[in-house]
Amino acid sequence: MIITAETIHFKALNEMIRESRDHEIIIDKCYGQRYIGSGLSGKNITINGTPGNALGAYLDGATINVNGNAQDAIGDTMNEGEIVVNGSSGDATGYAMRGGCIFVKKNAGYRAGIHMKSYKDKSPVIVIGGCAGSFLGEYQAGGKIIVLGIGNDGAPPVGYFCGTGMHGGKILLRCSAPPADLPAQVCVAEASKSELDEFVPYIDAYCDKFGVNSVNIYDSKFYILTPNTGNPYKRLYTNN
Amino acid sequence: MGINYIYPEFEVIRDTARCIACRVCERQCANEVHRFDAELGMMTADDSKCVDCHRCVSLCPTRALHIEKSRHTFRENANWTSDKITEIYRQAGTGGVLLSSMGNPQNIPVYWDKMLINASQVTNPPIDPLREPMETKTTLGAKPKKIERDNAGRIIDNRSPRLTLSTPIMFSAMSYGSISYNAHESLARAARELGIYYNTGEGGLHRDFYEYGPNTIVQVASGRFGVHKEYLETAAAIEIKMGQGAKPGIGGHLPGTKIVGDVSATRMIPEGSDAISPAPHHDIYSIEDLRQLVFSLKEATNYKKPIIVKIAAVHNIAAIASGIARSGADMIAIDGFRGGTGAAPTRIRDNVGIPIELALASVDTRLREEGIRGDVSLLAAGSIRCASDVVKAIALGADACYIGTGALIALGCHVCRTCHTGKCNWGIATQREDLVKRLNPDIGSQRLVNLIKAWDHEIKEIMGGMGINSIEALRGNRLMLRGIGLTEKELEILGIMHAGE
Repeated sequence: MIITAETIHFKALNEMIRESRDHEIIIDKCYGQRYIGSGLSGKNITINGTPGNALGAYLDGATINVNGNAQDAIGDTMNEGEIVVNGSSGDATGYAMRGGCIFVKKNAGYRAGIHMKSYKDKSPVIVIGGCAGSFLGEYQAGGKIIVLGIGNDGAPPVGYFCGTGMHGGKILLRCSAPPADLPAQVCVAEASKSELDEFVPYIDAYCDKFGVNSVNIYDSKFYILTPNTGNPYKRLYTNN
Repeated sequence: MGINYIYPEFEVIRDTARCIACRVCERQCANEVHRFDAELGMMTADDSKCVDCHRCVSLCPTRALHIEKSRHTFRENANWTSDKITEIYRQAGTGGVLLSSMGNPQNIPVYWDKMLINASQVTNPPIDPLREPMETKTTLGAKPKKIERDNAGRIIDNRSPRLTLSTPIMFSAMSYGSISYNAHESLARAARELGIYYNTGEGGLHRDFYEYGPNTIVQVASGRFGVHKEYLETAAAIEIKMGQGAKPGIGGHLPGTKIVGDVSATRMIPEGSDAISPAPHHDIYSIEDLRQLVFSLKEATNYKKPIIVKIAAVHNIAAIASGIARSGADMIAIDGFRGGTGAAPTRIRDNVGIPIELALASVDTRLREEGIRGDVSLLAAGSIRCASDVVKAIALGADACYIGTGALIALGCHVCRTCHTGKCNWGIATQREDLVKRLNPDIGSQRLVNLIKAWDHEIKEIMGGMGINSIEALRGNRLMLRGIGLTEKELEILGIMHAGE
């Protein structure tokens, strides 16, 4: 099914997607329609243009390919599936995602991967090719966030307050030195070869999807950020 | 070890003539107050551990026990009260933020008790609810703006998704984790039997309770615990939690020690991991952003579920509610500052927010002034204690009320305010298996059904007395209320006249 979105209202567009029996759906001339693919499973959506906010919220197994940039809150509370953005994504990318993968070719806005969590066999992954804004991985409780900093000349590819309130999961940064202002609850160490192993499949997948030569990617230092406690509020309280 | 400055608040009084040393009290107390002294051959008690929950008192077969408030006092001081002094001792000893539970216990005006209800005399006679039809059935959701007809003149059903309640009372959000499995089961079963709704709170929905979906409101909070497609689709309505009356501006965090077993599975986070739900939704900084979450939930559920936005009653509540009414939400739940909690910082609970009565009246007035009252239903919460509170809330403008603490009291809660310790002797606010099984869901759900049926009948009697035979005619009918002992300003905000006027 091919839909030329143009000025169709999001409600009508999303109804077409929900009700289509086709497995493959192509949306041409997407002009910022919101909520595309909310809670969707079992479909492949290709979007040519710019989808609006909350793309793939509560996504439940569908795959979404965006040929263009995406806006805010893609993959909000995503449970399963894949979102690939051939450009940059906005703020709150992958908010509270619990499963599936998000690949962003270039940059992500503020608060990417915030509240990300994993549970049992579900472990979400976000790969950002360029840089991420401030508050990357705030309150992260599980999963992996990878920021490759391509074109950033080895400088830390994140903004301020990376990993604030982090209490689970891992953040992998490709840079020659870690960010200088990491909050107290985050531990940072250069990734050894074996520590890098669990990230390799996702970095390779990124390179594969966007035609990047992985040799150039691995020719750099990587730093792993982990929380120094799973219980940041322990000992904060006194019973009254 | 330093000196312990804190003298026990309660004294366990045991009538030794009646005590048969059966040790029931010892077995029943999770706080380990009672102990059998084999040498003396008698029961002893450590008063310092007693929280005055009455479990031992209720189960003592010879009525040998009762609890008294300690007569031991500090030198009387209207400013430095014993609470204030003791709290300083606690903090000086530990450096911790004071943590409390249940609703604000401070002596701040309860406006329900300062409003009186009208009754008919001579003209417009009262109605006898036992003899004449009386409607407490309530429909919640946005009202259609106009009646639309098709070409043949038939009415088009343009109603938005809605909830239908047999009586305007629902069980408010209490998460699995903050309360027990058996407490949740009691609430769910009672809601189904009564034809009302209970609310999961922000801790997800236990697999066993999906069957109660048609009577379930599921919550989506900033941490998104247990939120997934099926959870949203199972529910009758979805509530976005923006705030809670007991702790406005403060988020929730269930400590990792309580994330065990089924609680972990229901929240969909690993055992032992803290469940942090900060006050800000970091994707919501404006009404437009809220609208985005409202519509992403509507899209995910194909516009079949009404969306509730729950907020705490705070100073500029009317303007906030006006914004929410324009966000696409179908209902606004307002939680007053006496609303309960499983754990909240004491200072926040006791000092932040405003009473529900004033918040509700000002929101209803504001939405009417702006001509958008019909776009949303208003749910009042935050210490609705009895049927007359419900009637007063509806007369002030509520469409329905949420009750939390009241429901727990029906289950046996004695309001000892130590939910945060997780050692609830009544099996309600605990996850300890031996304690949870003390609450029998067969009995619990029946007690809740009894309570709501009794309230429903009282509501009908009060309405009948006013000559009103439907909730619709009571809603926002502030002429039915008069204030007693209130200032001009209070009367103005409540939109009611003083008694005698």
